[in-house]
Amino acid sequence: MLELRHISYLVTEAGAEQTILKDVSLSIPDGRLVVFTGPNGGGKTTLARIIMGLVTPTEGQIVYNGRDITGLSITERARLGISYGFQQPPRFKGITVRDLLTVASGDDRLTKERCCRYLTQVGLCANDYLDREVDASLSGGEVKRIEIATLLARGSELMIFDEPEAGIDLWSFARLTETFEELHRTHRATMVIISHQERIIRLADEIIVVSGGELRYRGGADEVFPKIMADTLGSCPVLTRKEAANQ
Amino acid sequence: MITQVDQALLEKIADLVGKPVGALNIRKDGGCEARTSTEHIKIDARTDGNEGIDVRILDGTKGEKCYIPVVISKSGYAELVYNDFYVGENCDVEIVAGCGIHNAGCDEARHDGVHTFHVGKNSRVRYAEKHYGEGSGDGTNIMNPQTIVYLSEGASIQMETVQIRGIDSTKRVTRIVCGKNAEALITERLLTHGWQLAESDMEIVLDGEDSKGRVISRSVAQDESRQIFRPVVIGNNRCFGHVQCDSIIMGSAKIESVPAITANSTEAQLIHEAAIGKIAGDQLLKLQTLGLTEEEAEDRILKGFLA
Repeated sequence: MLELRHISYLVTEAGAEQTILKDVSLSIPDGRLVVFTGPNGGGKTTLARIIMGLVTPTEGQIVYNGRDITGLSITERARLGISYGFQQPPRFKGITVRDLLTVASGDDRLTKERCCRYLTQVGLCANDYLDREVDASLSGGEVKRIEIATLLARGSELMIFDEPEAGIDLWSFARLTETFEELHRTHRATMVIISHQERIIRLADEIIVVSGGELRYRGGADEVFPKIMADTLGSCPVLTRKEAANQ
Repeated sequence: MITQVDQALLEKIADLVGKPVGALNIRKDGGCEARTSTEHIKIDARTDGNEGIDVRILDGTKGEKCYIPVVISKSGYAELVYNDFYVGENCDVEIVAGCGIHNAGCDEARHDGVHTFHVGKNSRVRYAEKHYGEGSGDGTNIMNPQTIVYLSEGASIQMETVQIRGIDSTKRVTRIVCGKNAEALITERLLTHGWQLAESDMEIVLDGEDSKGRVISRSVAQDESRQIFRPVVIGNNRCFGHVQCDSIIMGSAKIESVPAITANSTEAQLIHEAAIGKIAGDQLLKLQTLGLTEEEAEDRILKGFLA
């Protein structure tokens, strides 16, 4: 169980204080698949990064499996079973896909078969990729899929994915949603996925709309989806044809 | 006599464990500790009055190795050695050089080596050169290797130079002249720390039609160390040349990288790339999310970069 208690995050820019997250509290029971969605700049990524320890909140407490982890480092959280898939994963000169999966798995003797399994789950062929360096020679979509494979190799109890669909082609995306679905069905992980994709949103047990640094709505897909649509279109007279017609 | 310390050095610089198969010359503190020629590879002392050896590889020699490591174990010892290699035509051989210094004293230990290769038509040479220094004393370890290579038509050399820690000062000079259809590849790996200084001048001259030259240099400068790189490719004909220098800078180190390409022919196609930067923050963060500490993450990044 992951609990966020009264999390706030403020930054000071050019002398002015700006609130990124405002008193956010939520709990995610084990085995759940939760999707954070909402407009750009609403605070989704900051919230996810706070869970991993990549960002330190100004106020509030993070409790994981009953333990206060607010003061723990990224490494300590990783070792407790939290992992994070970056929206824009870094590239490494000289580190191969196999090296990265080996580090992720924590097993120095990680077999080719296991690497193959993780890569297949993200739609990549081990023969083509295992010995390639994770450097600028790979496309954005390839690096992104390798990033997701590192989380699968890590096998953490809590997996956080920041826009896993970004830059991935339609066919690989279909394979990826199957992988998320299977992880969820077999209760192998609790998942927090930041996404704007309807197919991923439809997989969720709960959708949380993060907007303006707050949790705007929470609920199942059928309940939340219409609200997202109304919110997105609602303020724009051109997008809402009715209002546009009235003008 | 080869001591246990020497044996450990030989393993580090030339992967030598026990007696290898192939031609061999072990030089220690100016003396010859071991010398073995084979049917196809002849090693002899020079006859021109200079220190060093002549290595003659007969035409058509394939799949053979030649080891010529140098060990210095005396503090205060300095030498200048000339080794010449005459590789015949249609050969495919591997030459493993390297120098290890164990300096337990407080004086300077120094090895200056000049290696000259004459590579015959259509021959392939893989040349590995590792430099390593250690020792409990305050004495400095200095190595100044010079490598000059002449590639005949269709010949190639893959030169790999590695210097990871332990050498306080190095000035290396590499010059390769490529004939028609010849190909030169230099890969350099360098890590300096403390107050070490490393200077590397490289020049590939693409004289022959359709010759190719490539320099791939990766270095890490830590602490207060300084590195200066001057890789140069000169295209005098229809040719292809590529210089790629990447450096990671850490602590209070300083790196100067001055790649240069010169075209003396409209058919020369030359590229250079050079980058210096610290380890990217997001690389460290990514590896930390995989359970490594910040120090472990840094080590892993450097290990991969210099692999």
